[in-house]
Amino acid sequence: MSVSADLRARAEALGQSLPALLAQAEHLAATVMLGEHGRRRAGLGDEFWQYRPAHPGDPVRMVDWRRSARSDSHYVREREWQAAQSVTLWVDGAKSMSFSGDKARGPKAERARLLGLALAVLLLRGGERVGMAETPRAGRTQLMRLARDLADTAADFGAPEVGGMVSHGRAVFVSDFLGDLAMVESALAYAADRGVRGVLMQVLDPAEEDFPFDGRTIFESMGGGMRYETQRAGDLRARYLARLAERKDRLAQLARAVGWQYGCFHTGSGAQPALLWAYRALEGGR
Amino acid sequence: MIALAFTTPWLLLGLIALPVLWLLLRAVPPAPIRRRFPGVALLLGLVDEDREADKTPWWLLVLRMAAVAAAIVAFAGPVLNPRQDAGGTGPVLVLVDGGWADARDWPRRVDRAVAEVEEAGRDGRTVAVVQLTEAVQPVVFQAAEAWAGRVAAMQPAPWAPSDLAALAGALPDGNFDSVWLSDGLSHPGASDLAAALQARGQLTVVSSPRPVLALRPPAFADGAVQVAVTRVPAGAPVTVDVAARGPDPSGIDRELARVSVDFAAGADRAEAALTLPPELRNRIKRFEILGQRSAGAVSLTDDSLKRRKIALIGGGADREGLQLLSPTHFLRQALEPVAELVEGGLADVLLANPDVIVLADVARLTQTETEGVLAWLEEGGLLLRFAGPRLAASDVSRIDEDPLMPVRLREGGREVGGAMSWGEPKALADFPPGSPFHGLVVPDDVTVSAQVLAQPDPDLSARTIAALADGTPLVTRKAVGHGQVVLVHVTANAEWSTLPLSGLFVQMLERLAVSTRVAAGDGSDLAGQTWVPQTLLDGYGVERDAGEVAGIAGDALAAAFASGPGQTVPPGLYAGTERQVALNAVGVETVLEPAAWPVGTVIEGLEGAREQALKGAFLAGALVLLTVDILAALWLSGKLAGLARAAVLVLGVFVTGEARAQEPDDTRANLATQAVVLAHVLTGDAQVDEAAEAGLRGLGDQLWLRTSVEPDQPLGVDIEADELAFYPFLYWPVTTSQPLPSPEAYASLNKYLRTGGMILFDTRDGDVAGAGGSTPEAQALQRLASGLDIPPLEPMPPDHVLSRTFYLLQDFPGRYTGRTLWVEAAPPDAEQIEGMPFRNLNDGVTPVIFGGNDWASAWAVDLDGMPVYPVGRGFAGEQQRELAYRFGINVVMHVLTGNYKSDQVHVPALLERLGQ
Repeated sequence: MSVSADLRARAEALGQSLPALLAQAEHLAATVMLGEHGRRRAGLGDEFWQYRPAHPGDPVRMVDWRRSARSDSHYVREREWQAAQSVTLWVDGAKSMSFSGDKARGPKAERARLLGLALAVLLLRGGERVGMAETPRAGRTQLMRLARDLADTAADFGAPEVGGMVSHGRAVFVSDFLGDLAMVESALAYAADRGVRGVLMQVLDPAEEDFPFDGRTIFESMGGGMRYETQRAGDLRARYLARLAERKDRLAQLARAVGWQYGCFHTGSGAQPALLWAYRALEGGR
Repeated sequence: MIALAFTTPWLLLGLIALPVLWLLLRAVPPAPIRRRFPGVALLLGLVDEDREADKTPWWLLVLRMAAVAAAIVAFAGPVLNPRQDAGGTGPVLVLVDGGWADARDWPRRVDRAVAEVEEAGRDGRTVAVVQLTEAVQPVVFQAAEAWAGRVAAMQPAPWAPSDLAALAGALPDGNFDSVWLSDGLSHPGASDLAAALQARGQLTVVSSPRPVLALRPPAFADGAVQVAVTRVPAGAPVTVDVAARGPDPSGIDRELARVSVDFAAGADRAEAALTLPPELRNRIKRFEILGQRSAGAVSLTDDSLKRRKIALIGGGADREGLQLLSPTHFLRQALEPVAELVEGGLADVLLANPDVIVLADVARLTQTETEGVLAWLEEGGLLLRFAGPRLAASDVSRIDEDPLMPVRLREGGREVGGAMSWGEPKALADFPPGSPFHGLVVPDDVTVSAQVLAQPDPDLSARTIAALADGTPLVTRKAVGHGQVVLVHVTANAEWSTLPLSGLFVQMLERLAVSTRVAAGDGSDLAGQTWVPQTLLDGYGVERDAGEVAGIAGDALAAAFASGPGQTVPPGLYAGTERQVALNAVGVETVLEPAAWPVGTVIEGLEGAREQALKGAFLAGALVLLTVDILAALWLSGKLAGLARAAVLVLGVFVTGEARAQEPDDTRANLATQAVVLAHVLTGDAQVDEAAEAGLRGLGDQLWLRTSVEPDQPLGVDIEADELAFYPFLYWPVTTSQPLPSPEAYASLNKYLRTGGMILFDTRDGDVAGAGGSTPEAQALQRLASGLDIPPLEPMPPDHVLSRTFYLLQDFPGRYTGRTLWVEAAPPDAEQIEGMPFRNLNDGVTPVIFGGNDWASAWAVDLDGMPVYPVGRGFAGEQQRELAYRFGINVVMHVLTGNYKSDQVHVPALLERLGQ
């Protein structure tokens, strides 16, 4: 009883925030103009692409007689090559993503969801199939399902979900990647086994890049699962930054090894460059 | 000797509790802060470099103990120099001299008087306070509370007490004790008063051992200003500085000269001579002894110090051996002792800017001289002309009034009483009221035998200031600008009259302010006029504007000169009709002697140690310590950083503002001049500025790749503060929120445009703007550009040089396409030359380009070189971006190469000519 009541309250809270998030994602996606979705070359598809003079070797059934009758030579009707991709999204919903170093900034989770949904809007509009935990599907209604699936988890740090991945598809992981890297490694290995390529988007708060702390401090993870006490936080800054740089480097290496692309973005700056980067990165891999 | 006492000493027992506090505080360290931080995963395993004990540091403990100790001591009520009771009953009379000699240490005297009144109040005695410089009033004893405020508000008078014997008569009956705060000088009737006071009770005299310094009015003698300083009592050798102050050429009061006066041991008077150029000397308004705040240490100067500069110009060469007949001989004799004489040609003396020019029998002046003299007159000069044979023989001012003559003259003049004429030589009439000579006694032996005659014009009588007994004008004058022209209708030598031989001549010159009197000092010549105070001195020697104070009769002023100033005639600067006299607190003759007290008088120094409660000081100290403790505790726990940041931010605003104002930003200038730097105007809208910077970065990259222009990183330019000359090209995204530039910024922008700079105005509204241009940004642009010096504009013609400086372009898209570009209009006579693809249009660079295609967004790249903003649709969009880059490159090329491409149209013709 109490569990379902809690679930309902959370669902309602999420449902209230969803339209705003969706609208924001649509707004962000609207700044990117589509057009490269048609492959702009002849291939298998439904859309008319062009008439071209028939060459020797073209099957007779390919000749468009209606067009050919209007002139002396034969024409072949070509269709635009269209291919839909399956893209699997994973947006980290762990507690570490709810961190914000400044009251003026939203938490990292907000930015991660915004980026994920905006990317989904773009991809769906381009006719791709997008999914999260389950099998990717196309169509506008899929967007609602994706928004519904953006849920918080109870873990301190998130681990990529690879369940919905389709072989030779694409994948997008949006997280702060501050947890155990072994999970990421295994997820990437799983993806590489299936020929899946994709994008790692690391979303960090400027405070995490800056470590602006000093004095006697007890640091706790967002869920309270980890604790670290120091007398002088200021002295740790250089070593913390070194470790962070090391981690970023490791992520970039991992991505390179399996043909993925890695990008790091901050909640302190605008979302648009990140979206544009991700969209191009997904495009470039094709 | 310092004594300390406590009002509630038992409270000091609380200090015993301090060690307990020590133990308590030591056990409680500052609490750590808990922070939620996802990066904790990266911190695990790190070890602190130096582990501090989890205890309060010893210095913080000491700080807290000190704070608590200070608080305990404060509540115990410490009192410094507790006062012993003097005893005594009955009323107390407090006398304060309150003259100028008291002003030097007035606050201490008032403090002492207040202390006496308060002490009497504590003892329940009634008090009366009398300031001896005030008029005598009946002495009334009142409760001490009634006096406290009045005593504190007393001010020293700029004169000395004079009528003490009268007060001795006005003392009330009955016995009372007296305290006399003396200034150390002897005043008339003081001994009478002291005797009367001693008869009523005990007399205590409070006197400061410091000598009283007084400045005598400086006088002019032997070509220098003689400064004399008197001191009472005489003592060890000492040096005092006397400063002369007055307005500098720009009218600001400042120190003009300074002289040191050395007192020999035991001497009560010291003198020094101050040699000054007349220009400087005439500016002096007052002398003062430096470091002395008293009316006696200040001496105002009047006309007696001023030496006027007078140019003497005689007509024609003097004949040798006939000195007494020289037209200027008597003038020179009269003026030499009292004025600086300048001789030479008129053009030369005008350069010396004299106060007075005397022309003795000079008839004609050249045109340049006339103009020079007129200009000098307008500024306030005095031109004094004497008649003579040459003037009488010339036709100057015959038909039309000469601008340098007060009246028209009749031909020939007249002679009376000579060998060849009838009648007696004429005597002078008494000077009428309103004439500057009014009041001078005309001697009987002054006669006039020849003179030039004035034409009877309507304003002749108004211009006549002296006449003969028969009414013929003898001296006439008229005003020219701020100055005046005076004509004496006789010669300046004894040829035509005996006037120059008489003392009246000198007096008349003096009245005309040609010469100045030799200081009389005794005021004997003051009677008969009313003297209006101009400025008055207060007791501290500070000059105050006299305002609407009524004038004083000359007799009263003369009496004050004899016996010293008083309440009715305070010291200051008084103005009569033609001159000013200064009445100073200390005159030339004023007698200054040390006070002598009758036997049996108790004499105390002024320095009584005052009772001082220290409770407030200790409490404040405790508060300060606690504040320091708060800051220290914050610092220990790392919470100070946020506060410090805020403080630094606030300070930074001031510091950077000042630093900016102090030195021109050289680093920025260096940055901007190392290479070509593209610049954008900072609009204050962070998003727009960011886009503009990213855009110029992208354009710079493309320039680097494709052309030989290799620009540095772009810079944002604040048009209000930064120098624009370093930047060949400014990109100005127009926002509605940007305030209009200040007039200085407009001036620098216009200078920038005139000296070859180019501004690309981008309204960034190409997506919504139609042809009308009525978007908010376009309106903002109109407001912005109204102050700029912009030539006529036209939509860019298809053959404008911008379309071919690097790439051949037909349109100029940015993030948007459409909107026409506006550039400087082609000259109306531009024609297409036969066989040339382009007209020969602007022979220069258009200083402005107006457009709205948001080029910066199309150019914009992030630090990795990736485009920041999407442009258009797909491939067509990329094409549009490419065209935007090409436009940008064309613009930069246009700025940097000017009309080079335009001139290319002449190349075929030049080649053809070379071939021949």
